[in-house]
Amino acid sequence: MSWIDFPTFFACAAGVVIALYVTLDGFDLGVGILFPFAPRTSDRDVMMRSLAPMWDGNETWLVLGGMVLLAGFPVAFSILLPAFYVPLALMLLGLVLRGVAFEFRAQEGFLEVVWSIAFTAGSVLAAFCQGAVLGAFIGGDIRVTDAHFSGGPFDWLGLFSCLTGLGVVAGYALLGAGWLIWRTEGNTQIFAREIARPALLATGAAIALVSIWTPIMFPDVAARWFAWPSALLLAPLPIAAVLAWLAVWRGLWGQRQWLPFAASIVMFVVSLAGIGASIWPDAIPGVMTIRQGVSAPRTQAIVAGAVVVIVPVILAYVSYSYWVFRGKIGPRETL
Amino acid sequence: MSALILSRLQFGFTMGYHILWPAFTIGLAWFIVFLGVAWLRTGDPAYRQLQRFWIRIFSLAFGMGVVTGVVISYQLGLNWSNYARMTADVIGPLFVLEVLTAFFLEAGFVGVMLFGQGRVGDKFHLAACAIVATGTVISAFWIISANSWMQTPTAFTIAPDGRFVATSFWGVVFNPSMPFRLAHMLTASFVTGSFVVAGVSAFWLWRGREEEQNAARACFSLALWLAVVLVPLQMVLGDQQGLNTRQYQPMKLAAIEGRWETMSRAPINLIAWPDQKAQKNDFALEVPLLGSIILTHSLDGTIKGLKEVPPGEQPPVLPVFFAFRVMVGCGMAMLAIAVTGLVLRLRRRLFASRRFLLICMAGVPLGFIATIAGWMVTEIGRQPYVVYGFLRTSDAVSPVAGGAVASSLGIALLLYNLLLLGFFFYAGRMVFKGPASPGPVALVGRKAGAIGLISPRKDAHP
Ligand code: HDD
Ligand code: HEM
Ligand code: HEM
Repeated sequence: MSWIDFPTFFACAAGVVIALYVTLDGFDLGVGILFPFAPRTSDRDVMMRSLAPMWDGNETWLVLGGMVLLAGFPVAFSILLPAFYVPLALMLLGLVLRGVAFEFRAQEGFLEVVWSIAFTAGSVLAAFCQGAVLGAFIGGDIRVTDAHFSGGPFDWLGLFSCLTGLGVVAGYALLGAGWLIWRTEGNTQIFAREIARPALLATGAAIALVSIWTPIMFPDVAARWFAWPSALLLAPLPIAAVLAWLAVWRGLWGQRQWLPFAASIVMFVVSLAGIGASIWPDAIPGVMTIRQGVSAPRTQAIVAGAVVVIVPVILAYVSYSYWVFRGKIGPRETL
Repeated sequence: MSALILSRLQFGFTMGYHILWPAFTIGLAWFIVFLGVAWLRTGDPAYRQLQRFWIRIFSLAFGMGVVTGVVISYQLGLNWSNYARMTADVIGPLFVLEVLTAFFLEAGFVGVMLFGQGRVGDKFHLAACAIVATGTVISAFWIISANSWMQTPTAFTIAPDGRFVATSFWGVVFNPSMPFRLAHMLTASFVTGSFVVAGVSAFWLWRGREEEQNAARACFSLALWLAVVLVPLQMVLGDQQGLNTRQYQPMKLAAIEGRWETMSRAPINLIAWPDQKAQKNDFALEVPLLGSIILTHSLDGTIKGLKEVPPGEQPPVLPVFFAFRVMVGCGMAMLAIAVTGLVLRLRRRLFASRRFLLICMAGVPLGFIATIAGWMVTEIGRQPYVVYGFLRTSDAVSPVAGGAVASSLGIALLLYNLLLLGFFFYAGRMVFKGPASPGPVALVGRKAGAIGLISPRKDAHP
């Protein structure tokens, strides 16, 4: 299979998995972020119920992402994880909290408040840490000696990574609101439409700030985005982002209830593509490219084959299970 | 403490908590499938009641399995990054395949299994249960394969930079100890599940509420049939596992036996206090010849002793020695319960002996304890190596600060124990309510306006 360029394949596969994760678990975490703002307990019940059948599957893309990185780029994997030890550990903590909150809150009883708080706190923590990791990753500055991480546990923490952390929280909240507009009705939907506006403004601001900050901080990014002819190739990305943003804005109170969700997904995916274009072909910006520290060709062939064959099947049955649970989540739904 | 010790503690602890759930859900998932089939075939409402009840318990345990599992999948890279880098070429594909063929399958259909009963037909619902149950076994297949490769590494070469490179994919998957370990682990899950089911239904029988007697009897009888078949099978499998260990990991076996000197016609140490410093046992209670008979199936088979290797190469003997005895002890206790059940059944007193019902309730934790103990034997007995004979644990650890590991370990200790309490609380409540009125269906159809985070805003959006 020498006609396949495996590093490129794995980079693209990682991109696709990350995009799937960010949209799927994004709305999932986003609903958790919006949770305490919902006006009534019954709205919160509806919100949680809208996620109950799929949150596990959404999170599985995160596991797949990690494992594809391990199998495709073991050296990058073994540098990045220790480098982001603290935020990743906190992210896991958040995911554990919100995961059990799903199970336990459904049981009702006097501890329900505790699990509601755990659900929100876990969602916010996980979202913020993911954003911070992203920021620290783009921001570079990962100290590496002899292909091993040699920095400290808080190297990732900085103004930029906090900004991206908050940006991701806002963005997930937007996705969550879009999901709720699509999947709920009545008061819950009205709440979602109202809260989507501040989330959209915050997301737009965060994307704009990052887009201004990165070219200023990193000259090679600037060169890529503002030089001819690459600028022409890349121009559709910011244009699409702006259009998607406007579509959400106009669609918030519109009749097409799926539109805000769909357009926010576009905005997210385009932003990710923009980040990908900024760092390509680096596996870790400033440290190594996707051609360094790859796994053996055999391994790559096996994993690539498995991904190509099995992921479409997964997408098919995951879509089917979304379809089984289609329709508006009513305030009361009994067996 | 160094990052190494802390990482080991952390990994052992989080793995130990994770395995509690699979040990239970793998068996329970198949039990739910069975109940579904029984309901479809007989139309007896007791089966349907039971299926709904156990699905609800399953949902809780499964959720705990998922969240603790996600943690360890990242922990491999967080705490053992050098291990990840060195072995990625061998076990990376196994992990990817596990996610692709098992986790997605489970996650994709568990929604239908838990919430789909009103939305899809009975047959499709049953199919979803069967798919989830299959997923748990596939998951065990890949992960046990990865773990067994670390115990008995085969089919690889070592690249110039020290990384392991697989020479044959299936050679790695079906490494020498894998079939034994998989069989032993899967049976362990079924045994654990059946003792939980037996204990819970014993409780229902014991308190004797009229409306749940039918369901309780069906469940109890079934679980004890399973136990009486599976526990002896598990012992045979364990014996085979021991033969395999003797061949491939003789030092682990020596630690299990507490045997310091190599000898033939070896006795067995029933109990002793291994003293690793002095390289000898105190207070040993031996049965002559039995060691050779059990471990080699012949009178004068040779058993290697720990002194064959320098002390630095030996696994910690004390924990391995005792963990093994705990596992086997639990196995014996379970055998006693299962056989008693059979005897009572033959005398037609199975549901009548209240003392036996109490014993069954007390037996619920046995499977979990045996499973954890078994894994401690396996994992500690492999020390000081992660990849047996090739990669030392001390070379596998991440270059991270001890403080970071210590804090995450502390948080994990606190949080996981709280979660366990939460599970006991909610699962216990369901058991108390019983199969006839098991309380709310998870997230579906609840009273609106119960306690919430912020008190209701009455005038909100009329
Ligand atoms: C013999 C069985 C067994 C063993 C030894 C392990 N697991 Fe496990 N794991 C399962 C059996 C299982 C399961 C039965 O498939 C679970 C338990 C409950 C569940 O939801 O699936 C699961 C869940 C589970 C999940 C969540 C899956 C999801 O999102 O649906 C992850 C990420 C892992 N595991 C990862 C691991 C890793 C990295 C392990 C070892 C280093 C490991 N498991 C050991
Ligand atoms: C699910 C059951 C398992 C349990 C209960 C378990 C338990 C443990 C324990 C107690 C340790 C610490 C041993 C020591 O340091 O003395 C350990 C270490 C370790 N285990 Fe497991 N383990 C399990 C499965 C696995 C699997 C499936 C893998 C990988 C495929 C794995 C990989 C490791 C690694 C990498 C270490 C760290 C290095 C070491 O200390 O040996 N374990 N485990
Ligand atoms: C009573 C007879 C039993 C014997 C002789 C036996 C034997 C063994 C041996 C030798 C090992 C170590 C494997 C290695 O070399 O790594 C082991 C591991 C293990 N045992 Fe047992 N066992 C018995 C009963 C049980 C029972 C009743 C359970 C649980 C219900 C159990 C659960 C486990 C588990 C989970 C492991 C670790 C996973 C593995 O390596 O397969 N065992 N057993």
